[in-house]
Amino acid sequence: MKIKLNIWKQANAKAKGKFEKYELDGVDAEMSFLEMLDSLNEKLIKEGKEPVAYEHDCHEAICGCCSLYINGHPHGPGKETATCQVHMRSFKDGDTITVEPWRAKSFPVLKDLMTDRNAFDKLMSAGGFVSIDAGQAPDANANLVGKIDADKAFDAAACIGCGACVAACKNSSATLFVAAKVSQLALLPQGKVEAKRRALNMVAKMDELGFGSCTNTGACEAECPKGIGIDFIAKLNREYLCASFSESE
Amino acid sequence: MSKFFTSSIGQKFFMSITGVFLMLFLMVHLTINSLLLFGDGTLFNEAANFMSGNPLMKVIEPVLALGFILHIIYAGYITLKNQMARPQKYKVAIKAKASWASKNMYILGGLVLIFLVIHLANFFWKIKFGTVPIISYDGGQTELHDVYGLVAGVFKVWWWYDALYIAGAIFLFLHLTHGFWSAFQTIGWDNEKWVSRLKVIAYIYATIVAGGFAFIPLYFLIKYIV
Repeated sequence: MKIKLNIWKQANAKAKGKFEKYELDGVDAEMSFLEMLDSLNEKLIKEGKEPVAYEHDCHEAICGCCSLYINGHPHGPGKETATCQVHMRSFKDGDTITVEPWRAKSFPVLKDLMTDRNAFDKLMSAGGFVSIDAGQAPDANANLVGKIDADKAFDAAACIGCGACVAACKNSSATLFVAAKVSQLALLPQGKVEAKRRALNMVAKMDELGFGSCTNTGACEAECPKGIGIDFIAKLNREYLCASFSESE
Repeated sequence: MSKFFTSSIGQKFFMSITGVFLMLFLMVHLTINSLLLFGDGTLFNEAANFMSGNPLMKVIEPVLALGFILHIIYAGYITLKNQMARPQKYKVAIKAKASWASKNMYILGGLVLIFLVIHLANFFWKIKFGTVPIISYDGGQTELHDVYGLVAGVFKVWWWYDALYIAGAIFLFLHLTHGFWSAFQTIGWDNEKWVSRLKVIAYIYATIVAGGFAFIPLYFLIKYIV
């Protein structure tokens, strides 16, 4: 199949970018979206032109590296898929595909389709960890965790930190990401110890980094490649509210 | 605790609390207004005079005004800050599945506010600071301000006022369909099961309130014109 591409090109973080038009012939419907971009880049290199810069790593939807905003959807068409899991069979011959980087003040563009998502690392450093001495690997039944809590914590832990929630939100809010991290740890005995301080610190950091606030549109949930639900946002709000009224710091 | 008031979640919390307060007010308002539909207006006049003469209202009125003002100021501030979080917009607008009302709460709120100003000028201002004619009941024994006459007059003389009130109710309906369940979500009073339940309750609440407010001008329109 033959496709037309409309891709954001930006030389570096300070440069003013613009959309560049490309045409690509001989695209196989079974190619992944990233393979299609690879073949475009090969063609561009052969023509002596600058290839398109984009991020990818595991190609298994678990690393959270790929981050393309395709035709108005973070990670392109399809429910609960990362960009690396999108195939060209989702498009038709002759389609025009517009590819943009994540757009958020907190995710500045580095080059073309690559954004600096360091803000998520800063959020994790603010509280997305357990600092108590957990000791040796415990016996299987030493710390009993209820089935419901274990399942919930696992659902939250599915977050790969790609930033699709920020990209999909009209307010560029990172609330779903923070909610997933705060909930995951607050549900488990090792994480409960610091749950209050974690909620306070991560929310304070989120505001400081310039993310918008949550207005409950649910766009993040609809676009999340791991299907993280907004019920975790309700849990974050609950955790934050309780922590604000009880933590003395 | 001090950070709570300036944090994003804290600000949203105040939007929710003031929102819930305003939603409760709407219920009271509609309950009294529904008396317009019964009898010759005596019932409504009695209720309206009871409310305006009630010393409790002297306290509630400024609190209600404060509720509106806080809700509006916080909305403006949060919206402005949220817009700043994405300096460069997308070429292809976000197609993520989200209700139209949820994405346009600020616009809907603005439209409801415009309606509110007109509404206050029409009735509140006239009742509070103007002169509403006195009507006598029981052969002159009971004298009440004829608020019913004022309301009926407005809806009788200008048909476009009826249209305006129905339009206001539609904006309010859309605002409430998101606002109702969103308030619970922000307070944290929600989970995976209640997300969908609250959305259904939101539609029921919005239909009752907005439908009720829209029915009153419709009633006068039918009563006088047809």
